[in-house]
Amino acid sequence: MTQLVPVLSAHWDEKDSFTIEAYTRHGGYKASQKALTMDPDAVIQMVKDSGLRGRGGAGFPTGMKWGFIPQGDNKDHYLVVNADESEPGTCKDTPLLMANPHVLIEGCIIACHAIRAKHAFIYIRGEVTHVVRRMNQAIEDAYKAGHLGNGVELVLHVGAGAYICGEETALLDSLEGFRGQPRLRPPFPAIAGLYARPTVVNNVESIASVPAIIANGAEWYQSMGTEKSKGTTLYSLSGHVNNPGQFEAPLGITLREILELSGGIRTGHTLKFWTPGGSSTPIFTQDHLDTPLDYEGVSAAGSMLGTKALQIFDETTCVVRAVLRWTEFYKHESCGKCTPCREGTWWLVQILRDLEAGKGTEADLAKLLDLCDNILGRSFCALGDGATSPITSSIKYFRDEYIAHITHGGCPFDPVASTLFVGVGA
Amino acid sequence: MAYSTEDLAIMDSIIARYPRSRSAIMPLLHFVQSRVGFVDGEGIELIAKLLTLETAEVSAVATFYTQYKRKPVGEYHVGVCTNTLCAVMGGDAIFAGLKAHLGLENDGVTADGKVSLEHIECNAACDYAPVVMANWEFYDNQTVQSSKDLVDSMRQGDPKPPTRGPNTLVTWKEASAVLAGINDGKAHEGIQAGEPSLLGLKISKEGKK
Repeated sequence: MTQLVPVLSAHWDEKDSFTIEAYTRHGGYKASQKALTMDPDAVIQMVKDSGLRGRGGAGFPTGMKWGFIPQGDNKDHYLVVNADESEPGTCKDTPLLMANPHVLIEGCIIACHAIRAKHAFIYIRGEVTHVVRRMNQAIEDAYKAGHLGNGVELVLHVGAGAYICGEETALLDSLEGFRGQPRLRPPFPAIAGLYARPTVVNNVESIASVPAIIANGAEWYQSMGTEKSKGTTLYSLSGHVNNPGQFEAPLGITLREILELSGGIRTGHTLKFWTPGGSSTPIFTQDHLDTPLDYEGVSAAGSMLGTKALQIFDETTCVVRAVLRWTEFYKHESCGKCTPCREGTWWLVQILRDLEAGKGTEADLAKLLDLCDNILGRSFCALGDGATSPITSSIKYFRDEYIAHITHGGCPFDPVASTLFVGVGA
Repeated sequence: MAYSTEDLAIMDSIIARYPRSRSAIMPLLHFVQSRVGFVDGEGIELIAKLLTLETAEVSAVATFYTQYKRKPVGEYHVGVCTNTLCAVMGGDAIFAGLKAHLGLENDGVTADGKVSLEHIECNAACDYAPVVMANWEFYDNQTVQSSKDLVDSMRQGDPKPPTRGPNTLVTWKEASAVLAGINDGKAHEGIQAGEPSLLGLKISKEGKK
């Protein structure tokens, strides 16, 4: 049985854990002091050796990303932290920043040293006022303590409600003061990123993992996780479970283990479907309870680890309703730049609405799959690809349920049964 | 409205945060909302002037992002998450309940200007579903009744405090100032984490006893 190993979340249960006093009490800012005495290349090597991979969804090796930044080019380099946490189901960076903003700041200082950047930006979504407060106060306090301002400037940039800005090149356009729309790649951000300068874009959890690696060593980090997925990570359990929450564990833990530790599926109900890493990752069923939740394991089973957002739905949930709602989200958030995504997501919504209302036909299922085929891999960025995941995977596992809407002439489910307050009154 | 000398100084300080001035568009738009309540033509013109841009360039940005409002919202802007997980867990029922209770449709504002209502997308608090936001502060684990009580408290001028946020709910304009990067001194208020955020840590500690 895999055990939980709180590293990032180790001190979240202490009152006022978000203050600089609390952070330094637990050895905070010692790792950055150590890193600053090291050769920048040695810091990059240490992060490479640790095996840390991007925690924002793609899983790209963090140290390798840092190594792509050209050195000795006499250009300004930038670090940009992606704190635009908006993927449906994803809720790990927000509690992390609420409870411990300083670990991200310390990670920024170390990363800037490694990639020879003097300027870092944290791009945080705008719909979390209190997290913005905490982050801003932490930056102010880190300046006062001299951790920032002596070689590294750090700016908090607050977004304004656009899921697409989680896509790294759209984020850069947004940060430059434009509409957030993705850029053609290449050139990749490592060559021409923010202000056309070499730029590293990393997720909050990736950068926040760095101080512990510097403090405890690459071998320590390596010792946790699986062969190619090292370290610990935050798994976010939500939905029809008795006890939702954050569970920090070595990569490779299974949903069955997390459910056993946390208290299982909502009492009296059974698991129907779930996402391993947010709505853009193809759904799983009961058959995947023992899939190792690491990059390779989830991928081999036909989905993606994504952001480790485990959204659990029990047998009371209508899969067509769930998928329609996600699809409406993608349509709403499509930036409009490319035709397959802009037009395609619009048509997906029309067809799914008909299907959910019992006005669809079996030919509509074929049409949905055909549309998905024309969006996946043909869109400008991953938003379009992600929009197809819930549709194709749900038709694969729950085709009968789509058909039932057609034969039943509507949704056969009672939406009240799936709510949290069923039976207790609202 | 006329911007005071102090306002203009704040806007200059926002621009000075960035290596290139155009990057300041977004915080400046948040700042305009903190003074006017929404993004009006005057605000667009002022930002264009400060950044040496065309007003169309500023409008293009302002209209792309859903948090920038082009008409006044309530003193307390309420968002109900109706993305899949929250919707299924009760968000749809909460949104329907609030619409009926307030007599509003999506994007509507009560006649007294106190409360506006919209359905929102995933707000990164799924372990606290169903989630309601007010001026982008968290109201976790809501029910139809608790959300009605919440908007009633707003209309009575004494809004219930957020579950994970400051001790009192600030107004829409005050929250917009925070999003523009202005410190309101409330960062230390409220809990550091709710129970779900701490569950894994708690289980881990119990296992080691």
